[in-house]
Amino acid sequence: MGRYLGRKFFIYSLTFIFAVTINWLIPRFMPGDPIMVLISRFAGLPEATKVIHSYLTKAFQLDLPIWRQYLNFWKALLRGDLGISIYLYPKPVMEAIAEAIPYTLVVLLPAILVSWILGNGIGAIAARRRRLDSTLLPLFYILTATPYLWLGILLAWGLGVVLRAFPIAGAYGFSLQPELSLRFILDFLHHWILPFLSLCLVMLGGWAIGMRNMIIYELEANYSRYLESLGASQRLIRRYAFRNAVLPQVTGLALQLGTIVAGQVTTEVVFSYPGIGYLLLQGILNQDYFLIQGCFLFIVIGVLLANFFVDLAYVFIDPRVRYAYSGGR
Amino acid sequence: MLEVRDLRVYYRTLKGHVQAVDGVSFSILPRETLGIAGESGCGKSTLANALVLLKPPMEYIGGKVFLGKDELPIADYDAMRRFRYRRISLIPQYAMDALNPTRKLGRIFRDLVMDLGIPFDGDLKRKLRERLEFVNLPQTVLRMYPFELSGGMRQRVVMVQASLLDPEVMFADEITSALDVSTQKAVVIMLQGFVREGFVGSLAFITHDLSVLYQIADRVLVMYAGKVAEILPCEKLIGGCRHPYTKLLLSSLPKVGLRHTEHPLVGIPGQPPALLSPPKGCRFRERCPEAFERCTEEPPLLEVGPGHLVACWGETGDA
Amino acid sequence: MSGGREILYFALRNNKLRVGVGFVLFFLILALVGPYIARYDPLDYVGPGYHPPSREYWLGTNTFGQDIFSQFVHGLRSSFLVGLLGGGIATLIGLLVGFFAGYMGGFVDELLMMFTNILIVIPTLALLIIIAAYLPYRGVLIQSVIIGFTAWPWTARAVRAQTLSLRAREFVDLARISAVPTWRIILYEIAPNMLSYVFMVFILQFGGAILAAVGLDFIGLGPTRGISLGLMLQYAVLWNAVHLGMWWWIVPPGLAITLIVGGLYLTNVGLDEAFNPRLREK
Repeated sequence: MGRYLGRKFFIYSLTFIFAVTINWLIPRFMPGDPIMVLISRFAGLPEATKVIHSYLTKAFQLDLPIWRQYLNFWKALLRGDLGISIYLYPKPVMEAIAEAIPYTLVVLLPAILVSWILGNGIGAIAARRRRLDSTLLPLFYILTATPYLWLGILLAWGLGVVLRAFPIAGAYGFSLQPELSLRFILDFLHHWILPFLSLCLVMLGGWAIGMRNMIIYELEANYSRYLESLGASQRLIRRYAFRNAVLPQVTGLALQLGTIVAGQVTTEVVFSYPGIGYLLLQGILNQDYFLIQGCFLFIVIGVLLANFFVDLAYVFIDPRVRYAYSGGR
Repeated sequence: MLEVRDLRVYYRTLKGHVQAVDGVSFSILPRETLGIAGESGCGKSTLANALVLLKPPMEYIGGKVFLGKDELPIADYDAMRRFRYRRISLIPQYAMDALNPTRKLGRIFRDLVMDLGIPFDGDLKRKLRERLEFVNLPQTVLRMYPFELSGGMRQRVVMVQASLLDPEVMFADEITSALDVSTQKAVVIMLQGFVREGFVGSLAFITHDLSVLYQIADRVLVMYAGKVAEILPCEKLIGGCRHPYTKLLLSSLPKVGLRHTEHPLVGIPGQPPALLSPPKGCRFRERCPEAFERCTEEPPLLEVGPGHLVACWGETGDA
Repeated sequence: MSGGREILYFALRNNKLRVGVGFVLFFLILALVGPYIARYDPLDYVGPGYHPPSREYWLGTNTFGQDIFSQFVHGLRSSFLVGLLGGGIATLIGLLVGFFAGYMGGFVDELLMMFTNILIVIPTLALLIIIAAYLPYRGVLIQSVIIGFTAWPWTARAVRAQTLSLRAREFVDLARISAVPTWRIILYEIAPNMLSYVFMVFILQFGGAILAAVGLDFIGLGPTRGISLGLMLQYAVLWNAVHLGMWWWIVPPGLAITLIVGGLYLTNVGLDEAFNPRLREK
């Protein structure tokens, strides 16, 4: 078990190093000169230009040899220094991201959890009934093919504009300040529902398809057939199949994270929801490269952590993994 | 005892019916071990599976099956549930891979028994312990997962599971095929013990390997292309068999003490007929060295000696 | 009935396949023919803004008075182009890396798979963003290339597994014993056996590339010139089409993407069922 997690940790460390290197490499070796773009953008603000300029020479350190630049980049990163946002000047990027992260997580985590549980349940039911299966399955495929952002737009238009049931922008009303009052919490939830729904629904389709296919696969496995030969009830056979089918769905959770994060980013943009995705959009629209790079890094770190937790969970739920890496007890 | 009369079970495919078991009649006597032999694809596995679990693409065409005084409703999936495991059981071909990989073995035993509405109480637990001991497995396997055991151990666990409720008949389907000779021997001795100790009423042992049957069986049923070719007492197998196919099967076996390289095996020339549209008459005639005109008609299964039945026109003259 | 004809028999009778191919073909034809029957240039300001669909403007106009039908069919074209190119490149790279890793084994395999596993964890969109953000000029072509270069890892992993199982089969052994050169074994023994699989992978990559492009366009990293379905949606949201209830601006691009990608997925499942007897609809 230690060996298994050690191996995973090694891969994830490499991934992190790789991501940071990409982050360092791209501004330096892409065609065009982003630093010039950065400086020219602030030509009209003499004071800012000075700060940016001195900052850039410090951050990029173009006069130093390449390897020193790389080393210093790491040093700054480990100190938590991601540079200063231009769009939110003079706020450090780290601070901007720290403010955005709670908004992202508060939508993302419940959406993943709810869609995973519901999707697995519905998929298992679909695998049981042929008629239900043939009507639900195409629906799931369409659902999983829907771009998150478009479902978001449709929900905003249908439920927000036509029915006027939900607000369609921001995380809370303009007149409110974040505080621990009932009024704020209700308003927050009211704003939260649509982004949550659009994320949840698209994911739901994917989980349901995966579960349905895995159950059918398990029901054709030899152990299911043998149980049937020994007169076991469909209930027992399905119970075994369901349990075994859930395991790969947990792995699926890790594999899908990349697309889920993409969905989250675009959904935040649709609803102007002040999470990482919305911040990223501002960074892109304002060519705020430090902000873009910081968001990239935090998305990667988040996904890496999530992957590691899924691996950790797997050790506990799949006896095969536990056994294979404990060398047999 | 089990009695099968004129059983027909076909596979339904796009191109038509594959006549895998086509008019098979035989019986298994109490406390007896019946060996069922034949080349792969002759319908012997289909026969066993149809008697235990008949489901698509298998299709029941006709025939009757009796277990003791009861008629087995083999075509009725749900009605059969009362008989499966309790009275008629199976050790499958894939025995090494027949257990749920993510449940501990003790749970697997308990889940199934309780699912059938049988209390998993002291008596049954004691029986389980005794049987595990009988097949040389430590009690600790009950706390292990299937993947923690070797293939051979898993197979023995399945042997214990299949026989736990003391079925009247148990089929063992090609369970020695994947084993080396010494392990084969051990498994055969254990199964003989199962019958001797009364764990199972009678045993039907299916294999393509006549030499294994010779060690274990009381009587031998030879199948060819979905039909019974010959049924005979085991002691008459060598020297006393009458069907040309049985003779050829025997002569294709290596002689004891001979090394393969010294004496090439005599295979049976030709291929078994396609069971999608088998030829009329005797299905063996195209490969049979003794075939004559009459063989284009269906040969009846006739008794040629005590407990010895043969389906061959070559025998009708003498009998 | 031979194997090929049997597959065809099931393929033609598979509802998922029929519906899926139907969707894809419909939009493909629209993408090919549309630009010729559209009356206006997609980027010209041809009429009054906020105009709902009418005989003059089939899908209405947007805030600036651009013709939405014209934008839509041109956008369809670029979507198919991205799918074809991006999906094609991703499939090709995945195929080469997976093949090579699986076939060579040993150290090469370890190294390639290490790299693949690293890339698999990094979210594709994030990687795309960081690359695209630094490009001074972006076209559909460049977009397809960077999508292709970031989307291949899972294909490589799947192809490697396939190669490993094929490599273990005897006909490959036979060829190797008889000293047939490696490239011949790969080309004549392994590749034909993987053709159906590779085709299905390509279909999935095709859909994936279209979705990736939409996401990228939507957050402002789309083509700097020209039009695409993702750009239409971006402008629609930026210019408050949702608030203003301009459904004719927001529905067609998203619907087309959903039906094309959904159609591709259904095609993939249908083909899978036709190729694998175990999965066939009963």
